[in-house]
Amino acid sequence: MKSTIVSSPHVPRINRVDQIMLQVLLALVPGIAAMTWFFGWGVLINVVLAVTFAVTAEAAVMVLRGRPPLVAVGDLSAVVTAVLFAIAVPPTLPWWLTLLGILFAIVLVKQLYGGMGYNPFNPAMAAYVFLLISYPVAMTTWLAPSMLAEHSFSFMESLRAILTGVLPPGLDWDGVSSATPLDEMRGKLDLDMTIAEIRQSPLWGSFGGRGWEWVGNWFLLGGLYLLWRRVITWHIPVSMLTGLLVCAGIFWVLDPQTHPFPAFHLFSGAAILGAFFIATDPVTACTTKRGQVIFGALIGVAVYVIRSWGGYPDAVAFAVLLMNIAAPTIDYYTQPRVFGHGGERG
Amino acid sequence: MSAPPSYRSIVGEGIWSNNQMLVALLGLCPLLATTTSATNGLGMGLATTAVIACSNGTVSLVRNLVRPEIRIPVFVLVIASFVTLVELIMQAYFYEMYLVLGLFISLIVVNCMIIGRAEAFASKNRVDRALVDGLAVGLGATLVLTTLGALREFVAQGTIFYQADLLLGEAAKGLTISLGEDYQGALIAILPPGAFIGLGLMIALKNSIDKLVKGLKAAPKPAPAAPAPSVETAAT
Repeated sequence: MKSTIVSSPHVPRINRVDQIMLQVLLALVPGIAAMTWFFGWGVLINVVLAVTFAVTAEAAVMVLRGRPPLVAVGDLSAVVTAVLFAIAVPPTLPWWLTLLGILFAIVLVKQLYGGMGYNPFNPAMAAYVFLLISYPVAMTTWLAPSMLAEHSFSFMESLRAILTGVLPPGLDWDGVSSATPLDEMRGKLDLDMTIAEIRQSPLWGSFGGRGWEWVGNWFLLGGLYLLWRRVITWHIPVSMLTGLLVCAGIFWVLDPQTHPFPAFHLFSGAAILGAFFIATDPVTACTTKRGQVIFGALIGVAVYVIRSWGGYPDAVAFAVLLMNIAAPTIDYYTQPRVFGHGGERG
Repeated sequence: MSAPPSYRSIVGEGIWSNNQMLVALLGLCPLLATTTSATNGLGMGLATTAVIACSNGTVSLVRNLVRPEIRIPVFVLVIASFVTLVELIMQAYFYEMYLVLGLFISLIVVNCMIIGRAEAFASKNRVDRALVDGLAVGLGATLVLTTLGALREFVAQGTIFYQADLLLGEAAKGLTISLGEDYQGALIAILPPGAFIGLGLMIALKNSIDKLVKGLKAAPKPAPAAPAPSVETAAT
């Protein structure tokens, strides 16, 4: 066989599922570290619990299906699903809700459709929405970020809260939890307060919720790493964030007193995490480049619409699931022209 | 004309092997909308059974008088008459149940399962067979509606046959099974997605039972029913 000569740098492109998933996990590390810093050990405990459940569930289903379980577990896709789920849910979520969510994600959303590569919906986001609809209270009890919290949870206290629901003595859920920035903004806007009034509260940092804004930055770092390693391409993240920013920008310019500034939307909730890690899921996103741009932009617009006028304060999960449904249609209409066929001039 | 089907095969097909809801996937509108509890499912199922048995019988009686060109309007008229009857009877004797099921009782008129049986069976068979078919199909539908209702109610609220007395009288209060007050159910089960997921699981369960009965080895393709039990145990 004739060998081809290529010029440097001789870095092979990553093209195996387990390698891609490993890169995604690596890229999530800074964001998870930041979340642990701001929201305590619960984040890490949730990650460990979710990964354990997910790997067990995946292996069990593969055994039931008569397939080799180690292959499925070894591609790490279940681990990525579990980690994304764990960082999307509140850091003190009771363990049995994590179990329920992971079972929903792995068994119903992923394996019932045929497993890795066949699921039409993003398993982590489907599980998140499933829990949010079913257990709204538990899913919206977020701890206050560390600089605002009166009590910082030790490792054992976090573990006890997750496993038994018991808080350290003298504390109650109302005391330790705090509205997320999107929640706060939405609630106050509904009370006819202006942005300037709302932002006087100590909850707010320089451009987003205090604490929360930095989490987004660290996920951005991980996202850029993925772009650099070419695990993902720019199309979905850039178009999604552009879609969100353009929408937010238009309304902000029209009336800056009742519409939060665009950077707030960017660094609140799961916008950045969603753009780089969730919407880019190769299985459930569009596959054509033009399709990916449309897919991403529509997610961005949907995030803004649902955040502003929908029933729930954050919207990335809903927007991603909606566009998962649309992805095959978008792909159908954006198929690249085969060279020499079709086209305007025939 | 081929030989008329035996009663045995009519009943078997109506209840199980050609179950209009699990196999033909007809009548999904009431299936998805009213099965929020076992009681609602049972009520809807009984109402549907009454309508389908009566309409099947009537359609079979007039089958030789009606010209084929106008058969569909005639079927709809017949079905609508019986639905109105059932609706009035429910209003008179099961008023609370009527309030719960409300609009969906009138919507039995457009239940494609009923007009499907009129067209496919009653208009081609003798009255006795049409009646048996109507009862069997209705019973099959009732089973599915009640089971799905019980499933969704159990997952969401931890009860089965809650408020059964609305339908079956005071004596039925003992039917209610409850896991207790502090059960934290998954609300999604009584929301529309829960109906779709539950129906999917039930179809999978039926298929896997059929497969077991046939004694076939599991096909190499995924057996979608297999994971269902684990989800249910997890959800409870």
